[in-house]
Amino acid sequence: MDADDNVYDALAAADHDGRWAHGAGFDESVVEVTAPAPDGVDTEDLAAYCLMLADDALVGSQRLSEWATHAPELEEEVALANIALDLLGQARVLLARAGHLGAAERFRVAGRASEATGDGRAHDDEDVLAYFRDDRFFRNVTLAEIDLGDFAQTMAWMLVFSSWRLGLMTRLRGSADPVLAAVATKAVPELAYQREYAAGWVLRLGDGTELSHVRMQAGLDAVWPFVEEIFGAHAVETRLVEAGVAVDPAALRADVDADLEQVLPVATLTRPERPAVGLVGGRGGRDGVHTEALGPVLAVMQSLARAHPEATW
Amino acid sequence: MTVSDETTRLATASTPDGAPTPERGPEEVFEATVAAEGRIEPRDWMPEGYRKTLVRQIAQHAHSEIIGMQPEGNWILRAPSLRRKAILLAKVQDEAGHGLYLYSATETLGVDRTELTEKLIDSRQKYSSIFNYPTLTFADIGVIGWLVDGAAICNQVPLCRSSYGPYARAMVRICKEESFHQRQGFELLMTLMAGTDAQRAMVQDAVDRWWWPSLMMFGPADGDSPNTQQSMAWRIKRHTNDELRQRFVDMTVPQAAALGVTLPDPALAWNDERQAHDFGEIDWAEFTAVVKGAGPCNAQRIAHRRAAHENGQWVRDAASAYAAKHADRSEEPAA
Ligand SMILES: [Fe+2]
Ligand SMILES: [Fe+2]
Repeated sequence: MDADDNVYDALAAADHDGRWAHGAGFDESVVEVTAPAPDGVDTEDLAAYCLMLADDALVGSQRLSEWATHAPELEEEVALANIALDLLGQARVLLARAGHLGAAERFRVAGRASEATGDGRAHDDEDVLAYFRDDRFFRNVTLAEIDLGDFAQTMAWMLVFSSWRLGLMTRLRGSADPVLAAVATKAVPELAYQREYAAGWVLRLGDGTELSHVRMQAGLDAVWPFVEEIFGAHAVETRLVEAGVAVDPAALRADVDADLEQVLPVATLTRPERPAVGLVGGRGGRDGVHTEALGPVLAVMQSLARAHPEATW
Repeated sequence: MTVSDETTRLATASTPDGAPTPERGPEEVFEATVAAEGRIEPRDWMPEGYRKTLVRQIAQHAHSEIIGMQPEGNWILRAPSLRRKAILLAKVQDEAGHGLYLYSATETLGVDRTELTEKLIDSRQKYSSIFNYPTLTFADIGVIGWLVDGAAICNQVPLCRSSYGPYARAMVRICKEESFHQRQGFELLMTLMAGTDAQRAMVQDAVDRWWWPSLMMFGPADGDSPNTQQSMAWRIKRHTNDELRQRFVDMTVPQAAALGVTLPDPALAWNDERQAHDFGEIDWAEFTAVVKGAGPCNAQRIAHRRAAHENGQWVRDAASAYAAKHADRSEEPAA
């Protein structure tokens, strides 16, 4: 057989070529997370804020991953996986940052080997926080955890979520925390793509067939009650806004409204008039008070890791 | 020398003899091109049997990529670390991409994706039988990368020199990614073998279940493979099933030793005379049963693919309707 058929050569030729989603290759290319908290900023607040932004992305990514092998077309298979990977990448850096600031300590599992990396950071902070934290300690907005329904509802969800997060990350590039600024700089083009993708489908489905129009409007209506919460500021956010670290969620309403005003009329859709879901004693996702949807999502995600708490993978 | 460079060079080598001339009919040009290791391109004349064989083979390959997403997709939501989740999600995404390139290659032969998808979900076309086995633990993800992507590479690297240009070019790209998948699978297994007793047991159990089906991926024994000779003459296929299977075994045995797993075949032994490994007889009854639809997951895989296709119909219809409206509007004269 010819030398050029040699499979070992093929293996040797497959170098890391930058095409891989971050964290999926052999060379980890994460943003450096070990910078100290900026002067005058409470470390616990900063860690909590990192968890909030991480959990929005992690839970949203897990939800989008439910589409894998179920998408309406192969191109959508590729795009949805891409978007889920981008969000997962954002979550991983933010979880590592939260871990570096001490957020993982209370969730550590006895007997679990925490591979220390050169910088002394426990390599598995991201996994301790993702897999060994109960839902009451998740800080994501409830919008991130709701069932995504059909493809129309998923696109309505993605349009709102990406528009909101893009506005957030665009502003966060100027954060006093260098790690958040770096995460945001990387995230902005990813979220701009997500918003483009979602807006394209909202247009096609809204102004496609009679059936798709009905489904698109229904999808938007289903997502709507969870939108109000994303503009509310938690006390941690308020304190960090003053310190120049965080973004005021109230400021993002204008971004989302502008995007919806641009897309919905052209898509022949109506902005829903539906009341927001009520909070529990004034507390929502940012306080760890979630909908019933989050528990099962985490149960699936965490099941194998928790069955072997001492194992690394 | 690397496969990718070499195959790229070969894949882009131009057809040695040009268009038909008054002296040479199209059939002679085709035969001469194939014999000289040249490339047949979509607009070149080709025998109907060659076209049909290619469509069948490429479609079957495309379907395998798409159905193959399911056993691995089964573990995306439960992947036990975020890094493994990212790797698996990216891999399943790659397989969708492979399906796309291959369906595009069939389009150059005048057959479109929708038609082929319908043949798949009506069970009128096949896909690789390996995907009719279930993924029961996360170690299966590593073993699939190591053995199944490994076997796929053995089968596919020679296809990078297939005589049909679009197929050969798609295969160059696909083989690069498959080799990445194999390395990732092997790396996962190395990690598990260095882990807990439960993880090591998981790997051995997965190897026990996937070894024989992986050998079956090379198809029937040469004596029972009716299409092989013609495909080899047309340079669609370059090696027989048994040659490729032997190569896979010879390449895998030292890797198994490096991992510290036992391949479940008591007859497996080095044969000094042949300078190759002897191995036991494949259970051809099981092979035939799975090919005919009686494997553990055949019905489930097709039902899943059918559901995704049918549930997506309204979305595809909406996209077409929107595109049509848009085209109409752009043709309307300005008011
Ligand atoms: Fe593939
Ligand atoms: Fe693969």
